[in-house]
Amino acid sequence: MKLSSSTIRLIIPAASLALLLAAVFYMQPRAMSYTGLNLLFNLAVPIALATIAQMLIMAVNDLDLSMGTFVSFCACVAATLLQTSPATGILIFLGAIAVYAAIGVVIHVRQLPSIVVTLGMSFVWGGLAVLMLPSPGGSAPVWARWLMTAKPPIVPMAIVASILIAAVTHFIVMRSSFGVVVRGVGGNDRSVERAGWSVIRLRAATYALAGFFAVLSGIALVGLTTSADANIALRYTLLSIAGVILGGGEFVGGKVSPIGAVIGALTLTLAGSFLSFMRISPDWQIGAQGAILVVVLALRLALNRLETREKTQ
Amino acid sequence: MITAHERQEVVAARGIRVTFGAVKALDGADLVIHSGECLGLVGHNGAGKSTIVNVINGGLTPHEGTVSYSGSTDAHGIATARANGVRCVFQELSLCPNLTVNENTRIMHAGLKGWNWRARALKLVEAQLAEVFPGHRIDCDSTVDDLSIAERQMVEIAISFAGTDQPPKLVILDEPTSSLDAGLAAQLMAYIRRFVGKGGSVLLISHILGEILSTCDRVVVMKDGRVVADRQASEFSTRTLVEAMGNVVREQEWQRAVDKPSGTPVLSMPPRRGRGLSFEAYRGEMIGFAGLGGHGQTQALLDLYLSRNSNWWPSRAEELAFVAGDRSLNGTFPLWSILKNLSIASLGGLSSRSLVDAGREKALGAGWKQRIEIRTPDMDNRILSLSGGNQQKVLFARALATTARTVLMDDPMRGVDVGTKQEVYDILRSEAATGRTFVWYSTEMDEIRLCDRVYVFREGAIVAELVGDEITEKNVLASSFAAGEAA
Repeated sequence: MKLSSSTIRLIIPAASLALLLAAVFYMQPRAMSYTGLNLLFNLAVPIALATIAQMLIMAVNDLDLSMGTFVSFCACVAATLLQTSPATGILIFLGAIAVYAAIGVVIHVRQLPSIVVTLGMSFVWGGLAVLMLPSPGGSAPVWARWLMTAKPPIVPMAIVASILIAAVTHFIVMRSSFGVVVRGVGGNDRSVERAGWSVIRLRAATYALAGFFAVLSGIALVGLTTSADANIALRYTLLSIAGVILGGGEFVGGKVSPIGAVIGALTLTLAGSFLSFMRISPDWQIGAQGAILVVVLALRLALNRLETREKTQ
Repeated sequence: MITAHERQEVVAARGIRVTFGAVKALDGADLVIHSGECLGLVGHNGAGKSTIVNVINGGLTPHEGTVSYSGSTDAHGIATARANGVRCVFQELSLCPNLTVNENTRIMHAGLKGWNWRARALKLVEAQLAEVFPGHRIDCDSTVDDLSIAERQMVEIAISFAGTDQPPKLVILDEPTSSLDAGLAAQLMAYIRRFVGKGGSVLLISHILGEILSTCDRVVVMKDGRVVADRQASEFSTRTLVEAMGNVVREQEWQRAVDKPSGTPVLSMPPRRGRGLSFEAYRGEMIGFAGLGGHGQTQALLDLYLSRNSNWWPSRAEELAFVAGDRSLNGTFPLWSILKNLSIASLGGLSSRSLVDAGREKALGAGWKQRIEIRTPDMDNRILSLSGGNQQKVLFARALATTARTVLMDDPMRGVDVGTKQEVYDILRSEAATGRTFVWYSTEMDEIRLCDRVYVFREGAIVAELVGDEITEKNVLASSFAAGEAA
């Protein structure tokens, strides 16, 4: 059977994750346990959710530079209002999702570059987060804490959650007809429009769904850390973009892969632990993390080139 | 024979006026399509064909005039047109390249809802492909990206003809055969006749007049935004059709360079893939790459270009210029003005101390505008404000304005009208006379006949070389098919 190009796309991220995992286990055999795996991948869950949100935005050829501040804002809401008065908290989250939909509409109607709009929004979310929680603090809602620290049998929660996220979003984005049309907007929005679909509505729905996953990311993050501060997730903007690209997605053309995105998020998290196990000083860690990214992406380019060469022969 | 007025009107556009700024795209055009007929629409680039198609399919609201679907004028828009069974295959391919064939079918057919739509979409498109193009060998689970340009066009045509609950009433085909080879085009034309025979209607836009005359019942000729002729196809011949469009039919035979080329070749290439003939081009020659579409001609052109340049460290190749075939993919800079699009390749010569001399750039633009008649009031307009043929002219001017002595052309005349083609042919001839060499891949026989020497490609290798009077359709076809018949 001939491998489809989307399967080939998944090989590199999966292989790099397996390789990193093998290296970590080799250096620290004790990580090869229930607790070890949970510790390794715990922080990957919110990153995976943020990566999925970013992936949805990238599926319609846009980019969200406010992901980090938005997740921070959601974490602040989750640590304060959602815990003290859940109804208000949920209302705020619904409002935030509506704002995301509105951003999608504005970007589409005014033909604005999404980078500019979301960069502007990142300051809005950042400001709101500081208003919610001027100094680090707050506490996680009990159910979020319970969910993130649950101990299912055999497989640790972090892994279960990652698989669940990948499966659900794979169904939404790759299998459902909503996902097909969304990716169609990324591939060729004019033809989707000519076929009678409302691209404004599609973009609004995509942004709203992305907002929803970002909200989940914020709640999951608070569930893990038990408290929040206004700058808790600033790294997520670039991490989420790197996760999507690492997982085989592309910036334009609606080529995305939810499974790949989750794998990408896991790989990024693992790269950090790997470097700590290597006893690389924190001063060098960010650079080394970048080097890992470069290697993986170079591998993918090489594979793409091989694929096109095969096609022309 | 049933006369037109006895049949039911499917779509009628009457007295349509559309203006884009100062340009009158449509100036009171009428177009009525009845059920059970194939209507041919011909005209120059910029005559208003694409505009009237956009009005009919609801993408464009006319500034004046009425559009009625099955006699009712109540509503207008894309949704109304689709609800009335109007489907459109556009000139530029309009599938989503990142989706699979069946996912594209889902996008085009809103009726494929609910559980298990994938399997139903697959069945629908496979059945339709088999009906239009028997023996097509397209895997409908593969991504459109992985298909060749001809296969994409086949898929798009099949998707448009397919019907979920009811078959389409009117299918508009805008240059459907531009990327198909002769065999596939014949299959499509035969299918159109069957479709029309069952009561459907087709609006066929093509620059290949033979197709129009053999397939259509009625032919409408447009010129400058108006309908200038509307008659039964049987009353037209190629000559009268071209005359109605406003072109004078010219003798296409050229005085070929009779002398056997001599001296050192300006470009050469060893036999490709270790078989067939080697390639050589001499100064002032016009060389054609013929054969069925997709048999390695484009790759050969790219290899020729790379033979003078490096894939690792590309530099500006001074002696070679390339005219791309796929305008939107690798030809135009869509956000730039016409002038910028034209001058990009010769900026080095136009600048002093690495600053572009705006005066000289303008002069270059004005010169080429006059020489190849780019139809625009202002060279500072966006390139996309031009019709397809005029965009292509700009791309030609871009290559010819450079100092390059050799020009490689990758089927550049796709979807360009007869008049424009004749103008470009004249320019090419005069340039060749001054010693420029042209290597020209074309899928059209008329263009191949213009060349001094022709290499016929089959399965990635050059299988025949035809010189002078040997260049005939018969010989080219014979060389393109020879192995298939022997096997």
